[in-house]
Amino acid sequence: MRVVLAEDLFLLRDGLVRLLEAYDFEIAAAVETGPELERALAELEPDVAVVDVRLPPTHTDEGLQCALRARRDKPGLPVLVLSQHVEQLYARELLADGSGGVGYLLKDRVFDAEQFVDAVRRVAGGGTAMDPQVIQQLLARRANDGQGPVDRLTPREREVLELMAQGRSNAAIAGKMVVTERAVAKHTANIFVKLGLEVSDDDNRRVLAVLAYLDQGR
Amino acid sequence: MNTHTKSDGVGSRARGMVLAAGRGLLLAVVSLPLSILGFCLSLVSMALIPIGVGLVTTPYVVRGVRAFADRRRTLSGRWGGVSIPSAYRPAPATANPWTRTFALLRDPATWRDLRWLPVDMTAGFVTALAPAVLVLYPLEGFALPLGLWRTMTGGPYGEYGPYWYGFVPVSDQTTAFGAAALAAVVLVLAHRYAVSAFQAHFRLTKAMLAPSQAELTERVRVLTETRRDAVDTSAAELRRIERDLHDGAQARLVAVGMDLGTVEMLVDKNPEKAKELLAQARRSSAEALSELRDLVRGIHPPVLAERGLGDAVRALALRLPVTTEVGVELAGRAEAPVESAAYFAVSEALTNAVKHSGADRIWVDLRHSDGSLRISVTDNGKGGAATGAGTGLAGLERRLGTFDGVLAVSSPAGGPTMVTMEIPCVLS
Repeated sequence: MRVVLAEDLFLLRDGLVRLLEAYDFEIAAAVETGPELERALAELEPDVAVVDVRLPPTHTDEGLQCALRARRDKPGLPVLVLSQHVEQLYARELLADGSGGVGYLLKDRVFDAEQFVDAVRRVAGGGTAMDPQVIQQLLARRANDGQGPVDRLTPREREVLELMAQGRSNAAIAGKMVVTERAVAKHTANIFVKLGLEVSDDDNRRVLAVLAYLDQGR
Repeated sequence: MNTHTKSDGVGSRARGMVLAAGRGLLLAVVSLPLSILGFCLSLVSMALIPIGVGLVTTPYVVRGVRAFADRRRTLSGRWGGVSIPSAYRPAPATANPWTRTFALLRDPATWRDLRWLPVDMTAGFVTALAPAVLVLYPLEGFALPLGLWRTMTGGPYGEYGPYWYGFVPVSDQTTAFGAAALAAVVLVLAHRYAVSAFQAHFRLTKAMLAPSQAELTERVRVLTETRRDAVDTSAAELRRIERDLHDGAQARLVAVGMDLGTVEMLVDKNPEKAKELLAQARRSSAEALSELRDLVRGIHPPVLAERGLGDAVRALALRLPVTTEVGVELAGRAEAPVESAAYFAVSEALTNAVKHSGADRIWVDLRHSDGSLRISVTDNGKGGAATGAGTGLAGLERRLGTFDGVLAVSSPAGGPTMVTMEIPCVLS
């Protein structure tokens, strides 16, 4: 799988290259600045891009803007955005086109190599990988609103919903929660009923539906 | 070479004299009626305030007078090289005529304008006209010996006695030549003093229109106070950051290092224990990172650095447990310190609203108009908030004071609460 990597800090870029290569990814390009990233995305046609939000020359949200532009030009181009901090504002912008293949993670998640690589693969496959922090904030908000449907979920179901919103499949959720896949399927079915969402087999659409639900009524 | 320079000096001096005379004449003729008109209208309008009519007319009249005075200020700079600062307070953008009129009347600049108008129509008029008189009067003196004296003393004028040119009684050709001599003297005086007389006019205008010493003193007092507050606040902030780093992230990183050292020793002897310590080290480093993140957010929020005030406030609203609507109308970005102050002010106002108001909806509105950033935070809670010592709002006021910003709180018991902030600034 060919990856374009954009990160301005040498140590981190180097580390990511080694990490990804260790997991059999091919690094098509590892760039430092926004314009370089823009060129690499246009010319190299990678399977997935891993992008830092803040990039030179502006040192603002150049990386995010590049990713959004690239996805406008090539809809569905898988992009995993890494950041020192996560903001719902940015998560919403990434999810806004509804075409999947996006991820938005704290840089800390790289600590857990397995989990991080899993996220890269999921994004490359058209799925989503949202940082647990974003999801928790979203859920906390809905819960605080009082009479929201999220309140009617059992703690177990909330846990499943959180993992689901991060973009995990039923099998992954079952593994994480140490229950059978059947149990997870039952929970998800209950969640969909309580939230009034249409059941769908597609992982990606499932997550987008959850997020869209969490988004509405604000 | 030398002569050339001298004649050139005389030539430019003559040009200056003629220019001063022309401009002085124009200024005197145009500004006299305007000064009288402005003065009378101001007096009448203010006198009519008790019966209400003045409330409506005064803002217009005062604004007209200000425009007139400002025009004179620019002319002073352009024609006389005397720069006069304009120091009007910004007029409040309220539709309430009473507030508007009252704010205008409270501005010392309004009264300064009013004092200047009578001076301008008397002493100002004379000094503006003086160069023209100095230049034009000799022309008459030179015309007298050329035959004008016959017209002025003969015919119907004969019975009034001699024609006086200055202090010279002109009655025949000889005295007419005397008048011409006097005219020559006046012309020499004009050549030497016309420009400085014209300057005197602008110096007079400056004396009347420039902000007074008392105002400057008051301004200095306010600045000193806000600077002390700013220094205090930033020192306290630095202490807090130092303490947070020292007790938090720094301590955790030390712990990580120690754990890793122990792991190094244990890795062969007791792999189980080593693994446990490694997990602990990873947890500590993750915690250190999240502490650093919070610290950074407290110093300069990342979204503010990346996107500016509008999106930073939007991101802030998304993190609040209360539904918050954010409206932004900003055409650019303010300077970083202003943005930062505004952001933290909004953040504090929102925290107050969430903590104390009991509201379930908050509206934030950001806009820039008339050279000011205007921010309002409104909630539908129970109200009763007040500014004053010891409240969070007082801290907010201090924070804004550094930038000459102001804070207004409207919070009747029972709500709603509306906190309005205004910071003068430009966007780029």
